[in-house]
Amino acid sequence: MVTIKKSLHLLAAVLFAMMPAVSSANVDPVQQGDTVHVEQTAIAVETTEHEASHGEEHAEKSNDQFVKEYIDHHLMDDHYYSFFGDKELHKHYGFALPIILIDNGLKVFMSSEDFVYKGKVVENGGQYFKYYHGKIYEVDGPNGEIVYDAEHHPTNKMPLDFSITKNVAGLFLASLLLFLGFTALAKTYKNGPNALPKGIARGLEPLVIYVRDEMAKPNIGHKYKQFMPYLLSVFFLIFLLNLLGLTPLGLNVTGNISVTVCLALFTFLYVNLSGNKDYWKHIFWMPGVPVPMKIVLAPIEVLGMFTKPFSLLIRLFANITAGHSVVMGLIAVAYVMQEALSTPGAIGISFFLTLFLTFLEILVAFLQAFIFTMLSSLFIGSAVQEHDHH
Amino acid sequence: MTIPTIIGAGLIVIGAGYGLGKIGSSAMDAIARQPEAAGKIQTAMIIIGALLEGLAFGALILGNN
Repeated sequence: MVTIKKSLHLLAAVLFAMMPAVSSANVDPVQQGDTVHVEQTAIAVETTEHEASHGEEHAEKSNDQFVKEYIDHHLMDDHYYSFFGDKELHKHYGFALPIILIDNGLKVFMSSEDFVYKGKVVENGGQYFKYYHGKIYEVDGPNGEIVYDAEHHPTNKMPLDFSITKNVAGLFLASLLLFLGFTALAKTYKNGPNALPKGIARGLEPLVIYVRDEMAKPNIGHKYKQFMPYLLSVFFLIFLLNLLGLTPLGLNVTGNISVTVCLALFTFLYVNLSGNKDYWKHIFWMPGVPVPMKIVLAPIEVLGMFTKPFSLLIRLFANITAGHSVVMGLIAVAYVMQEALSTPGAIGISFFLTLFLTFLEILVAFLQAFIFTMLSSLFIGSAVQEHDHH
Repeated sequence: MTIPTIIGAGLIVIGAGYGLGKIGSSAMDAIARQPEAAGKIQTAMIIIGALLEGLAFGALILGNN
């Protein structure tokens, strides 16, 4: 019985380790024939800079350009959840996401493949909308076109966009998973203080204790309890989103600057709203230095207030973006090097490089969550610390 | 991307790389001298490493635009 269970675990672990390899499905799976020149695809149309947005236009495009555009497309947010695409059939396999616009009232409709990838105009409530480069514009009629200015920027009116995009869907998924995991963990404590968590919750408990003992307690001090909910939320959200980014779901939530700006903003507000008298005194009127120095230090300290969350957001965004581009670039080796190395050779090299880098990315996923939480608690600690010396 | 931005970003990355090497070597020395404090030294090392990394990434991203 034990052996059966063990081999099951091994199988599960191997399957989990193979997940990154499956994610190569995200790079076009039907690309075997003509390797040098490929027809411009629906995806390429969608991401091509400074080119007309018609799906009917066919331009020659090299493999390298295609890969580059695909990676750029992956790093961007999207209104259609596409798992993978078929280049020859101009088809995307995925599911539609709801689009919510505020433009003379609330407009809600489902996105579609034609709308997002083929430039189809959608009518809703007497108004017409067209999709261009990840943004939705208002056009005149069913055959309306987007008007460009001299620098090829659209001049059409943009409605307020509150759509459930791919990233928002990813955030919902992560929150749902966190909710399920932590409800399971919380339930076990109802059975007494020494009850042992079961299943996934058993893996979460040591992480919670790690956040408490390694980050919150040493950095914040005895007031750590009131900040634990925030630190735990931020740690597990970032960690889970980073890990989801490595699965074939094709999510890139923490690699989106809006998400990291939002997270850093929370830390900024948390630090400054919980700052005590000493904290503000150290910013505007540094004690223990001569008066001219106090005047010089004040603007520097005020700048420091903003650079701390700025470095937090840049670090997370850049790390995840860089990781995703490198992993996808190495997967693309299988297609780009096909002629030089023969198909099995190219796939083998790409597989081993990707495997190695994905293990590194798992480390980075944890490290970035750790660093974000650690620095947040450090900044909070500096804001609530009590000084005895004056 | 202009030539001065490339050179500037490169200089910042060289500086950050030098700093990271220095942190790593000092931490190694410290751990060798006091192995029982390895955990604390590692945490401090990672924090400073992350701060430097933020600087290097900031330079790369600002240099890219």
